[in-house]
Amino acid sequence: MASALINVPKVAKRGEIIEIKTLMSHIMETGYRRTAEGEIVPRDIITSFTCRFNGAEIFRADLFPAIAANPFITFFTIATDSGKFEFEWIGDKGFAETASASISVE
Amino acid sequence: MHKGSNTNRRQFLGLAGGAAVLGAVPVVTLRPAEATPAMLATAIRNVVGAAVVRTGKVKLDVPPLVENGNTVPMTVSVSNPMTQDDHVKSIHVFNEKNPQPNIGNFYLGPRAGRAQISTRIRLADSQKIVAIAHLSDGSFWSVSADVVVTLAACTDEVI
Repeated sequence: MASALINVPKVAKRGEIIEIKTLMSHIMETGYRRTAEGEIVPRDIITSFTCRFNGAEIFRADLFPAIAANPFITFFTIATDSGKFEFEWIGDKGFAETASASISVE
Repeated sequence: MHKGSNTNRRQFLGLAGGAAVLGAVPVVTLRPAEATPAMLATAIRNVVGAAVVRTGKVKLDVPPLVENGNTVPMTVSVSNPMTQDDHVKSIHVFNEKNPQPNIGNFYLGPRAGRAQISTRIRLADSQKIVAIAHLSDGSFWSVSADVVVTLAACTDEVI
C-alpha cells in the first residue's frame, strides 16, 4: 500500500552536486484530530527518514506531526562514485519502508 | 435555623467562587492544544543547549500568505561552505503555535555539497516559524519567518 517516489539523476559528473527528491505516501495522522464521537485519533506518523549511499549514511531527518501528509523531502549530495542510494522510512505502528535508486558517475 | 442556612449558602458561594478562580488559572495558563512561545523557547534550548544563537546565514523560504495550512511548502538553505572543516551539521525547524513546537530535524554533512532541504509542513494557525542551523564549529544561526494561514490544519476537521 505504501509507495515511494524517488527522483535521483541516473547519470552525473564526478563532483557534481545533485538534488534528491523523495516522497512516501503516508497519512501522517497527527494525534490531535478527533472523530465525530470526540475520541482522539491515535497518532500515526513517519518519525524517521534516512538516506544511505553505498551503505554510508548521507542524510537523516526526524519528522514530527507538523510534517504534511505524504512526506516530501528533498536534499542535496555530491556525486562521488557510481552506486546505490538506499532510502528508509520508519514510523508508528511498525511502519517501515525502503526504496533504492542507482546512479552512474562519469 | 434561618441564620444557619444563610451561612451555609454564603460558605457555599465562597467555595464556589474560590473554585472558579482556581479553575480559571489553569485554563488561562495551560492552553493544552497549542504550543506557546515558551514551549518554542524550550524546544530550541533542547537543541542548542547553552550556546548563543545568532541571526543570519540561514534562509527560510515559506509563502507569507497560505490558503491551506495542511500543506505548506518550505525550503531552508544555509549560506555556508560544505567542506570537511566547515560545514552545516544539522538544520532544525520550529513553530510557535502548532500543538507541538517541533517541525523537523535534518542532519547533513560535508558530503551534501549544498546545505538546503525542502519539505511540506502543517500550520495550525498564523504564526512564526524558526529555522536554526548547527555548524561544524559549534555555532548556531537562526532565521524566522511569519506566515498568515487562512485555513488552519487539524482544527475544524472531524473524521
